[in-house]
Amino acid sequence: MNAPIDAIPLSYYLGVSAILFAIGVAGVLTRRNAIVVFMCIELMLNSVNLTLVGFSAFLGSTNGQILVFFVMAVAAAETAIGLAIIIAVFRNKQTINIDEINMMKW
Amino acid sequence: MNLEVGFFSLVSIVAISSALMMITRRNPIVGVLFLIVNFFCLSILYLFLHAQFIAIVQILVYAGAIMVLFLFVIMLLNLGDDENLAEKRSYRRILAYVLTAVVLFQIMIGIAMPVGLNPFISTARAAEIGTVEYIGRSLYTEYLFPFEITSLLLLAAIVGVIVLAKKKFQ
Repeated sequence: MNAPIDAIPLSYYLGVSAILFAIGVAGVLTRRNAIVVFMCIELMLNSVNLTLVGFSAFLGSTNGQILVFFVMAVAAAETAIGLAIIIAVFRNKQTINIDEINMMKW
Repeated sequence: MNLEVGFFSLVSIVAISSALMMITRRNPIVGVLFLIVNFFCLSILYLFLHAQFIAIVQILVYAGAIMVLFLFVIMLLNLGDDENLAEKRSYRRILAYVLTAVVLFQIMIGIAMPVGLNPFISTARAAEIGTVEYIGRSLYTEYLFPFEITSLLLLAAIVGVIVLAKKKFQ
């Protein structure tokens, strides 16, 4: 039995990553619940992470995995801040429907 | 089709279908649980690529910490099923799917194009770069400054979250 990296070409990982990213885009554009929109953004970040790890493994360089590490740190900070904003908005407007949260719209 | 490709396809199909379930379920808690399934599948894919460190950090940080945060916020807001959040204008939904198809098409074209790099390395090398030892050495020498900046970023996030989620300024 071969190692998996010999058996599966890079383009398979890129394809899976592209499909996951597109699903995330569809979720952001169709859902109206702010928390679900946030989860879709996490999904997109993860699909890009898969691309980075794939290229890192196939190019024999560790830089991609370091970048994934930083993406995870930024995603953790971003999630905490975003959810705090959602809580603050909910406290003021009693809704997290993104169609009704338009106070910063011109 | 050999064993590795079969297992890869199984994991990928579970990942994609759980992502689809996540964006289609009305209840956000169900969505969170499907997203956790998706993160575990991605972690298995990282193991396929010999990225052991990233795979375990994926489970610890995403499935362990970030998703628990989501569940906490959903519980705190006490929303229930979002029947009232249902989409009413269907033309916007059609437009969203068209845009999604365009994005997917563009990425697929990018993948299909020959990029002129020849990614072939030995399996031993691929297994080596994913280890904690190798990543740690790179992180604490070459990437030391960004690593320290990350700690500042997390500190700013902690302070910001407390300020934002607090009831009132005194």
